Amino acid sequence: MKKKMLSLVLAGAMMATVLTGCGSTGADAGSTAEGTTVDATEDTGADNAETDAAGTESADATDAAQTASAGGTFKIGGIGPLTGGAAVYGIAAMNGSQIAVDEINAAGGICGMTVELNFQDDELDAEKSVNAYNTLKDWGMQVLDGCVTSGCSIAVSAKSAEDQIFQLTPSGSAVECVSNDNSFRVCFSDPNQGSASAQYIGENGLASKIAVIYDSSDVYSSGIYEKFAQEAANQSFEIVTAGAFTADNKTDFSVQLQQAKDAGADLVFLPIYYNEAALILKQASDMGFDVQFFGCDGLDGILGVENFDASLAEDVMLLTPFAADATDDLTVKFVTTYNEKFGETPNQFAADGYDAVYTIKAAAEQAGITADMSNEEICTALSAAMTQIKVDGLTGAGITWDASGEPTKAPKAVIIKNGVYTAM
Amino acid sequence: MSFAAHLINGISLGSVYALIALGYTMVYGIAKMLNFAHGDVIMIGGYVVFVTVSGMGMNPLASIIISMAVCTILGVTIERVAYRPLRGASPLAVLITAIGVSYLLQNIALLVFGSDTKAFTNVVTLPNLELFDGQLVIKSVTIVTVIVNIIIMVGLTLFVRKTKIGRAMTAVSEDQGAAQLMGINVNGTIAVTFAIGSSLAAIAGVLLCSAYPALTPYTGSMPGIKAFVAAVFGGIGSIPGAFIGGILLGVIENLSKAYISSQLSDAIVFSILIIVLLVKPTGLLGRKIQEKV
Repeated sequence: MKKKMLSLVLAGAMMATVLTGCGSTGADAGSTAEGTTVDATEDTGADNAETDAAGTESADATDAAQTASAGGTFKIGGIGPLTGGAAVYGIAAMNGSQIAVDEINAAGGICGMTVELNFQDDELDAEKSVNAYNTLKDWGMQVLDGCVTSGCSIAVSAKSAEDQIFQLTPSGSAVECVSNDNSFRVCFSDPNQGSASAQYIGENGLASKIAVIYDSSDVYSSGIYEKFAQEAANQSFEIVTAGAFTADNKTDFSVQLQQAKDAGADLVFLPIYYNEAALILKQASDMGFDVQFFGCDGLDGILGVENFDASLAEDVMLLTPFAADATDDLTVKFVTTYNEKFGETPNQFAADGYDAVYTIKAAAEQAGITADMSNEEICTALSAAMTQIKVDGLTGAGITWDASGEPTKAPKAVIIKNGVYTAM
Repeated sequence: MSFAAHLINGISLGSVYALIALGYTMVYGIAKMLNFAHGDVIMIGGYVVFVTVSGMGMNPLASIIISMAVCTILGVTIERVAYRPLRGASPLAVLITAIGVSYLLQNIALLVFGSDTKAFTNVVTLPNLELFDGQLVIKSVTIVTVIVNIIIMVGLTLFVRKTKIGRAMTAVSEDQGAAQLMGINVNGTIAVTFAIGSSLAAIAGVLLCSAYPALTPYTGSMPGIKAFVAAVFGGIGSIPGAFIGGILLGVIENLSKAYISSQLSDAIVFSILIIVLLVKPTGLLGRKIQEKV
């Protein structure tokens, strides 16, 4: 008891020193080495913990200062759809972010500051997203981990640029999501997904005649389609039909499927969300159209549709940066924790959320963020630090960013076999 | 061959619109009000079947009967609580209330069942009809929907013409005040209308979700609006008009998707609606009602 009191007092006394210490070390690291990685930082954290375990008085105090709220709090706001048609994405990203926050807090926080995550619902509605943003701003958000979806991200990024709050979207993939200097993303952009899909199909010789069914009223879907069509010109296959649908007309796909069938397509590319894709798979099977389906990250979640006949999705391929059955340590650990906490297998949005928080941590440590910095200062410092860090995350090893906000990482594809995602 | 396929798919879509439009037209024809919550009663009907069949493993037929019962009670309750107190109010107030009820039902469903899509189990387990070596597939649910449409259409017509309560409905639709003077219980008659309209909604919900097996709290809203258009197209208040309007709407929608533009299909459908209304304001089969001076 007495020891605890002592360490608290010491912690209080040392708080300022520790904070400035962290700040200056971070800045030093930033100026000396471009290639500082998260691993390196994490190692230091682990070393600290070992020293603590050895148990000298001063180390104990330092540790207390780093873990206790006495070190200040670092407030990360999150926005995504927690209810509504896209809730699967928002909830997954929130849960993934929460796991990362818990891990970071257990390991001493960011620069000694305890991380607090406040995740708000936007119901996939741009207007509600801006409302959620304002709520978070009143709460004292320092960094924004969001939004989860493209449309909302774009709406909010106008506000965050105005207020100079650093924004990192885990999964907002439309080009415009990162058009401001303060906004970055973890996932691929739509164009990148489109061209990566075309390259993947072409290089692996999956098909020669391709039909596309896309949502022309959705920026995500039409963005991917445009780049896919551009890249298709350089590939060995041809696009035989491109059937569009709109948000008001998304239950009946018989015409688009019939056109694909008549054109002799051997692969149907679905750059759409899983709700419509589930209907398309069902209708294709009803009309006896047996064809290979290939999708992007929007298809992730199709197996989570309640009562969905998983045999319909057999052999469906999708381009996604995350496969839950991968065997690397980081993925295994994440999937186990996620399963324990939330009782389901995480999808790639959970992984994006997890990586987003670790990316914020890496950038914050690179920039040497301290509790007394204003949002503008944090924003400028983090934006500069983003181009210097390299993150080994769940969604890719050695992810780097350029000043435009786009990440660089290698695409992966998974195929659904016996009702589970299997890495290809 | 592909034209035939598009045509059949159009009829398949249209038969669902027609089924929903029958409910709209029934209520409008008698109570002279647009029940915008009809599409959402359909959604509730779908959820009841989903819960009883997929959740409790009940027999589909039994679950459809339960769903009809639930929707009937729901429809009568909505009428009693939200519409009856507004009987004397302006039609605009009733219309706005109906929109309010529609949102209320959607949000209740959102709260109870959550937002994620539920894959509906097709309750029509008959095999699909395959013609020309599987070149042309007619889904069994389409055949069932068309047959159900015809049965309901004939049944409703007979009911309205031959039964006492049916004739009371006709009387109420022509003049509520005069009907009351003749000793007809207007409130009771309108309540029965809502009961029938809502139990039809349950059937429509089951067949809609069997044909397009994605169930969300918003499942009923867009088909509801399209079916409303179909009812106006065919002549709102006319029972055969709802059927013909629904089928035509589905066929036009699918053919314009196939041969003109898949993105412009809705624009084309609604343009045709405008033209029909300009040329024939009462819709295809609507009766012209002479205003007495």
